[in-house]
Amino acid sequence: MENVLKRLRDVIKSNMRQYAMLIALIVIMVLFGFLTDGILLKPRNVSKLIYQNSYILILAVGMVLCILTGGNIDLSVGSVVAFISAASAMFSVFWGLPAWLSIILGLLLGLVAGMWQGFWIAYVRIPAFITTLAGMMLFRGINNIILRGETIGLPDLYIQIASGVIPDFLGTGEGLHITTVVIGIVVALIYIVFAITSRISKRRQGFEVPTFQGFIVKIIAISAVINLFTFWLARDDGLPIILIVIAALIGIYTFITTKTVAGRHIYALGGNAKAAELSGINTKKILFLVYANMGLLAALAGIVFAGRLNSASPTAGDKFELEAIAACFIGGASATGGVGTVIGAVIGAFIMGILNNGMSIIGLSIFWMDIIKGLVLLVAVAFDVYSKSRAKKSV
Amino acid sequence: MMAKNILEMINITKTFPGVKALDRVNLQVKAGEIHALVGENGAGKSTLMNVLSGVYPYGTYMGKVKYMGKECRFSNIRESERVGIAFIHQELALIPYMTIAENIFLGNEREKAGIINWDHTNRQARELMEKVGLREKPDALIKDIGVGKQQLVEIAKALSKDVKLLILDEPTAALNDDDSDHLLNLLVDLNQNQGITCIIISHKIHEVTKISDQITIIRDGTTIETLVRGVDEIAENRIIKGMVGREIVDRFPRRTSHVGDVGFEVRDWVVYDPMDEDRIKIDHVNFNVRKGEVVGLAGLMGAGRTELAMSIFGKAYGKKIHGHIFKDGEKIEIKSVGDAIDKGIAYLTEDRKNAGLILIQDIRQNISLPNLKRMGKRGIVNENIEIRETEVYREKLNIRSSSIFQNAGNLSGGNQQKVVISKWICSEPDVLILDEPTRGIDVGAKYEIYTIINQLADEGKCVVVISSELPEILGLCDRIYIINEGRIVGEMSKEEASQESIMQRIVQSSSEERVAQ
Repeated sequence: MENVLKRLRDVIKSNMRQYAMLIALIVIMVLFGFLTDGILLKPRNVSKLIYQNSYILILAVGMVLCILTGGNIDLSVGSVVAFISAASAMFSVFWGLPAWLSIILGLLLGLVAGMWQGFWIAYVRIPAFITTLAGMMLFRGINNIILRGETIGLPDLYIQIASGVIPDFLGTGEGLHITTVVIGIVVALIYIVFAITSRISKRRQGFEVPTFQGFIVKIIAISAVINLFTFWLARDDGLPIILIVIAALIGIYTFITTKTVAGRHIYALGGNAKAAELSGINTKKILFLVYANMGLLAALAGIVFAGRLNSASPTAGDKFELEAIAACFIGGASATGGVGTVIGAVIGAFIMGILNNGMSIIGLSIFWMDIIKGLVLLVAVAFDVYSKSRAKKSV
Repeated sequence: MMAKNILEMINITKTFPGVKALDRVNLQVKAGEIHALVGENGAGKSTLMNVLSGVYPYGTYMGKVKYMGKECRFSNIRESERVGIAFIHQELALIPYMTIAENIFLGNEREKAGIINWDHTNRQARELMEKVGLREKPDALIKDIGVGKQQLVEIAKALSKDVKLLILDEPTAALNDDDSDHLLNLLVDLNQNQGITCIIISHKIHEVTKISDQITIIRDGTTIETLVRGVDEIAENRIIKGMVGREIVDRFPRRTSHVGDVGFEVRDWVVYDPMDEDRIKIDHVNFNVRKGEVVGLAGLMGAGRTELAMSIFGKAYGKKIHGHIFKDGEKIEIKSVGDAIDKGIAYLTEDRKNAGLILIQDIRQNISLPNLKRMGKRGIVNENIEIRETEVYREKLNIRSSSIFQNAGNLSGGNQQKVVISKWICSEPDVLILDEPTRGIDVGAKYEIYTIINQLADEGKCVVVISSELPEILGLCDRIYIINEGRIVGEMSKEEASQESIMQRIVQSSSEERVAQ
């Protein structure tokens, strides 16, 4: 019994950072809920939050992998966003290709941009900071060459992806968006089935599992949050298409980082590159793939952002890299690598997003917003350093 | 004549949350002596010295520190340095890209109004370097000189601060026998001619018995006894007994070897230096290992032992590698480390912390790292298999820890080493190359690791042991290859080999080389 308690305490301790960020997110939500007289939490604004932050979320998911490999950041993602949005205009407007094809070409082009950077970082061993700083200038320049400094409107499909909602198959089109509610229920049910089967399999293998009461509380709480969330969206226009994309990305990348050999190799590389290499891990390949992947996700973010703006513009993606990097660090990634999670980065991105949105509703000047965001980043990382030094002392 | 005590530590108790690291420890050091502090890893030696030097400030421990007759309450290292106490840590505190002179006067620059006088710096550095017998230019970079010389720079740095009490933590742990001898002689010289009192923490008991005037033994945070030269009998066995609390009748577990056919063979192996591709590092080396045999690679530090092992292990070291490797009589090509592991070869690094373990990850993740592909399907790790397999090794190798979910960084040296060994046994190799398998771990854990090595041989594996400690090679191996300057210069059976015969072979081969040139 004492052992179980100790184990539980260890689990809480080791997850404290992440829970702390979740708690911070909730506190910030409640705080701005009050400060904005509830506007922040209105269904319309919740949808808006998702649309507004979708591209930063996508970037943060890719960025956290880069950071995991050893504190490497990618400074070029904002410029890749600009590059791909310009390329989208080129494919679909200048060349007149169908929108779906130009989207696929855009994603491939992003992948190539990522491979280009991955090549220099992994195989030529140029520090990621320098390679991506070069990429930051390079891809921004290509954007300007393609667009010649002009802003070009894009086809409808782009706008659909970035700002559209799923059609209401089951509802009347008036009032509540029934399909969204049903999807919420289905997702919650799938989650419950998964949770129960994994618990049973763990038990059968003879591994420790959390107490039954705790387990029930957890699945009820998570199901309730899912349903409340979809219900909220249903009160507005319904489930945004981009939310499905983001949920899929979070799911896929959480799976990759926690369950696959490749994911474990990424953590090992960041934890100790030498030890990883001597354990037979192809560290160059891992580094290359992580940056190639970042290019792909930056391209997706570029397409979404272009759709959101309804156009390709020369200033697209400006400072996105900084927002994405900040999201990862707020979400508990370590600046030296090997520590961090996809979910953490997502929470970090939401914290930044709610701060942005909440402060603009209050009508705070943009200068103050930057100051506050800067301080939040600093405090979050200071908290991390402090809790780590305490953990070290207790050893 | 009874010398006065320069240092008295009285009833020192230091607790960390949950652990009592020191429990009323007493230490008396006489002025002008060499005093050795011995004990197993984790016994509290370093903690005690950290209390003395102010790393743990006054108030965080209980008890009294009296230095030169006065009670001291250091709140940081600077204060203890000011009264002439210098602590040279095991991990040297030198800056690789700065020169020897700059390092000697780091934080203590020869300056006026913040502007450094380089003439003074270099002249005084040269004087200090002469004193410690360091023959290098003062403007040589630290990264370009060997560990032995770096150690001397640390001592010169201490001398520059007018040291009266010099504390050295495991000064010879990373040194070969020559450099160790030089260092120990230097300590004796500083001690006799300059009146510097030394406290030396060491695992190498034969060194301690050679140079110290008094030896204090610490075990589990308490003082066991202090042996005084001339009064007590200073014998290795007695010290070991005091350290581990039991008499180690035999430091090496017995094994009757059942040697089979040749399982692993390397022929005409040539490796060039990756930094300087014209320099040959390994020169046409031939060796073989039979199944169930433990083969030793003996040689001085820098002889090319690690380079040989790592170049075989999937070209993890070296350029322009060529030669032939045979396993079970068949020729194999090893292109990468992953390839080597797949072909049943494992290499345990000598550098546990920097190249062996991921300290921020838990025992489970460390053990499974090279074996993940096997522990799942289609690139997805089956955590159930992972947990079950790693748990087996935690029990089998007796890794003292709360669970397999404990971080590797929180384990003691011996248990960390067992984790690295588990990782490689788990990869089910036929050939194991163990590079300094017991470096920096205590006597009890060493015995456990020797037992593991014997078991591996009994299972019919080919085991290669690289070690700087000749007694270890002699105690473990069936056959010994002697390597010097990148070449195999001798092969001896267990019966023929002795510390003297091996050293003789090394020295002879070096002089033959010179004659040949």
